[in-house]
Amino acid sequence: MRLTIALAQIATMLGNVDANLEKHLALAQEARAAGADLLIFPELSLTGYALQDLAPVVARQPDKQDACFRQLLEASTGLDIVVGFVEEDRRHRFYIAAAYLSGGEVAHVHHKVYLPTYGLFDEGRFFAWGDSVRAFDTRFGRAGMLICEDFWHASPPYLLWLDGADLFLFSSASPGRGLRNEPQLESARWVEHINRAYASLFTAFVAHSNRVGYEDGLNFWGGSTVFDPNGELLVKAPYHQEALTLAEIDLNQMHRTRARLPLLRDERTALVMRELRRILEGPDRGVR
Amino acid sequence: MINLEIDTDLARKILTGFLHSEISRAGYAHAVVGVSGGVDSAVSCYLAAEALGPENVLAVMMPYKTSSQESLEHARMVIDALGVNAILVPITEMVEPLFQRFPEADQIRRGNAMARVRMIILYDQSEAFKGLVVGTGNKTEILLGYTTLYGDSACALNPLGDLYKTQVRQLARAIGIPEVILHKPPTADLWKGQTDEGELGFTYAKVDQLLFLLVDQRYTPEECVEAGFAREFVETVVERVRRNQFKRLLPPIAKLSNRTVGYDFLYLRDWGT
Repeated sequence: MRLTIALAQIATMLGNVDANLEKHLALAQEARAAGADLLIFPELSLTGYALQDLAPVVARQPDKQDACFRQLLEASTGLDIVVGFVEEDRRHRFYIAAAYLSGGEVAHVHHKVYLPTYGLFDEGRFFAWGDSVRAFDTRFGRAGMLICEDFWHASPPYLLWLDGADLFLFSSASPGRGLRNEPQLESARWVEHINRAYASLFTAFVAHSNRVGYEDGLNFWGGSTVFDPNGELLVKAPYHQEALTLAEIDLNQMHRTRARLPLLRDERTALVMRELRRILEGPDRGVR
Repeated sequence: MINLEIDTDLARKILTGFLHSEISRAGYAHAVVGVSGGVDSAVSCYLAAEALGPENVLAVMMPYKTSSQESLEHARMVIDALGVNAILVPITEMVEPLFQRFPEADQIRRGNAMARVRMIILYDQSEAFKGLVVGTGNKTEILLGYTTLYGDSACALNPLGDLYKTQVRQLARAIGIPEVILHKPPTADLWKGQTDEGELGFTYAKVDQLLFLLVDQRYTPEECVEAGFAREFVETVVERVRRNQFKRLLPPIAKLSNRTVGYDFLYLRDWGT
């Protein structure tokens, strides 16, 4: 089975959901016309990234009662869409969220689990952390979504893998940093390394949609990628400019790769569980 | 390892994108740059011209009567090479009345007044030319506080503030700033014979390496000494960076209410755009 993934590497307007929505709908049309089956937008694609006190203002619930999501859900009858937004739950907690929309329905919502609150980041000040990592079924097989810092940690992709995900759908709003005497920023190098590593370690497809543009002095570097189950780079969007980048993937590649390299078959999950329990329930409680 | 070298193509791409994005989101299409004939303002002017088109950039030359003729010639060299708009606004007749009123004013006071008069001219041209003032301060001088508050540090946005002086020079070389500008000793040109390195008491090459360890690599002062820097030099620089923090922040507002600008009223400049 073949699947065409489109990575919508966009710049957003900070706190202007209407303007960002318009761009989403235009790109959904364009991607569909180009033959895409699944369109992935970056982290907080509807709102912009450094929201600070705008977070509660732009927050919404991803359902048909919301004017913005109503239009996105309509668009999802043409192709599946991953969109980034701020979710306000029924008890008014605010999450950095990604929703998977398909056939006019919300198939899954992921709340960002790891909120970086160090260095230039201040997410934990403004947002509640998500508390689950779950794979979910799509018409292309089982998938998992993670948002930026979530996949800087090794455990969320691993959990998704064990939960059956073969398609890793990652989104970021990654501020560029670490200018050196290399044609790519340190932040870009790091993310490309780990995404290639996840594709290789999990013999799965890893698609990453990262935003571009600026917010005050922050630049967002783009460079969205798709890696295949052999860890090969299939496509890479340009750095620092908007792009709609398509990759046709052959899902049967997993059959071939896993016949050669049965890492999933041989994964000793019971051992992991046993050792994790020993480590976490031992006298040191995992703090060594 | 101390390696201050940068990929100048990448820096240029990010910085021109930054200028274009942030100036247009503020609702402007033009930029105003004070061009002194030195390397920093030359680079800022080049980047602004590349980001917005030379026809949308106004270079302002603001010599004082003791400013060197060479500085003005170098400023004109940059302006001619880029084809940006330019005006010459000598500051002598603006600052002289103040100096006559306070004839005892020392070089520091005079230098500060000159820098602030230049700020007045740039911000006046900002309104006249409908352009934002693009800053020229680099990371070295910002960290050392080697700048006049509300003077040369005043700007709407700054493309060079995260590049050490050594790195600005590298970028300048890559974008084709004339050699003669690259190779002359940096100076604020506030009085005859003044040079940055003479006044600071150390070279940019040396202090940039130390700042890179202290700031970027998070070395402790003790680790910098172990890495080979003289203890007295390290202590001088560390103290200078600390003492000048006030120049890097907006004035503190005394908090009284539940929501106070600067503490818990938090929005980027790009709010809504």
